[in-house]
Amino acid sequence: MNRRQRLWVLLLGLAGVAALLVAAAFRLPTFGSDFHPYGDRAVHEALARHTANAIAAVNFDQRAFDTLGEESILFGAVLGTVVLLRQARDEHQVTPAPARVAAPVRRYALVLLPVTLVTGLYIVAHGQLTPGGGFQGGVVAATALHLLYIAVDYRALERIRPLGLFEVGDAVGEAAYLITGAAGLLAGTAYLTNALPLGTLDSLASGGTVPLLNAAIGMEVACAVVVLLARFLDQAVEIEEEGDRS
Amino acid sequence: MMDVLPYLVAAWIFLVGCYGLATSRNLIHAVGCLAVCQAATYVLLLSVGYRHSGTAPVFADLTPHTRPVVDPVVQALALTDVVVGATVTALLLALVIQVAKRHHTLDPDELSELRG
Amino acid sequence: MADLLIALALLLVAAAATAAVAVREPARQALALSLLGLTLTLLFTVLQAPDVALSQLAVGSALTPLLVLLSVRKARRRSLDRVRAEQQAEERP
Repeated sequence: MNRRQRLWVLLLGLAGVAALLVAAAFRLPTFGSDFHPYGDRAVHEALARHTANAIAAVNFDQRAFDTLGEESILFGAVLGTVVLLRQARDEHQVTPAPARVAAPVRRYALVLLPVTLVTGLYIVAHGQLTPGGGFQGGVVAATALHLLYIAVDYRALERIRPLGLFEVGDAVGEAAYLITGAAGLLAGTAYLTNALPLGTLDSLASGGTVPLLNAAIGMEVACAVVVLLARFLDQAVEIEEEGDRS
Repeated sequence: MMDVLPYLVAAWIFLVGCYGLATSRNLIHAVGCLAVCQAATYVLLLSVGYRHSGTAPVFADLTPHTRPVVDPVVQALALTDVVVGATVTALLLALVIQVAKRHHTLDPDELSELRG
Repeated sequence: MADLLIALALLLVAAAATAAVAVREPARQALALSLLGLTLTLLFTVLQAPDVALSQLAVGSALTPLLVLLSVRKARRRSLDRVRAEQQAEERP
C-alpha cells in the first residue's frame, strides 16, 4: 500500500471510531450529574479512616494494591530505560566543556533550588492532608535538583548527584511499599490492609499506613525521575559514538 | 451542549492523537502524539467524576458533609497514571534513541524498508 | 459561571492538543506539549481536581518536554557527527 491508500484506510477507521465515541458520549451519565455511588462510598471510607485527602485515601488505602501495580510499572519502566541507555561498547564518554551562564539566570536558579526542593518535600509530607502526595512531590523534588544544571553546568550537577545512591533509593522505595504492605499480614489481616492506629483527622500522623506508603512512593518517584533524567542527559551531553571525533 | 461537551472533547483529543501517531514521519513526534492520546483519558475520567457545584474531596479545610464533593476515585486513577505515563514515555524515547543509533533514521517508513 | 470556565478550559485543551499533533518538528512539538500540559492543569483545576492538576503541572509542563528535547538533541547530534565524519573521510586522500 502506498502512503495515499494508507491515509484513506486510517481516515475510514478514525471516522468509525469517532461515530462510536460520539454515540457513547450521549449514553454516558450527563456531565456534572449528582449520581456518584463509588465516589460517595470512597469519601465515606476515607473519613472513617481519618484521612483528610480522600484521593490519598483511595490511592494508598482503598486501592493500595492497585497502586502497588502502578508503582511496579514505574519501576520496570525505569529499569528498562537504564538498560537501554547504558554506555555501549562502541561508545565513549567526553567531558562537556563548562558553559558560561548569564548572572541573573544563575542567581535566580540558585535561589529557586532550595525553595523548590522544600516545596517538593512539603507536598510529599502533607499528601494525606492537602492536595499532593508522593507522586507529585517526588517529581517536584527531583526536578528541583536539575536547576543546578541550569544555574551552573552539567559537571556541577554530577557532583551533587551520586547516581548509584539514587538507583538504590528507587529500589528501597519499592521495597518499603512491599514491606509496609506486609505489616497488615503481621497484624493478622490481609496484605496492604490499613492496620496502624488511625490518629485524628487533619493531623500529620493521621491515616494509619497512608503517610508511610505515601513517603515510600515519594522516595521512589523522586529517585526514579533523577535516574531517568541522568540517563537522558548522559546520552545527550556526554556519550558519543566511537570515531565521532577522530 | 454542556452535558456532553467534555466527552466530545476527550474523543477529539484521542482521535487527533491517533491521527498524528499514524501519520508521523518521526518517531520522537510519534511518542509525543501518544502523550496526547493519554491526555484524552484524563479528560474523560475527570469529566465523568465531576459534580455540579461540587468541591475538591479534600477535608483539610472543609467540614465533612457540609458541601457536595466530586468523585475522588477517578482522580486517584488519573493522578497515578500521569506520573507513571511519563516514565513509560521515557522508556519509549529510550527505545527511539536506540533505533536512531542502530538504523541511523527516525522515519518509520525508512525503518520498515530496512527490515527490522 | 463555573460551566463557562470549564467550557473555556476544554476548548483550550482541544486546541493545544491539536497544535501538539500538527507541529511536526519534534523540538517545536516539545513546546506545544508543555503548552498542552499547562492547559490541562487549568482544566483539572476548574474540574476540582487539585491533586491531578499538581501532578500534571510537574510532569506535563516540565518533565515530558524535557525528555523529548534531550532525545531530539541526542538524535540531532548523532546525525551532525555522522555528516562531519563523512566529510573528513572524503577530505582524506
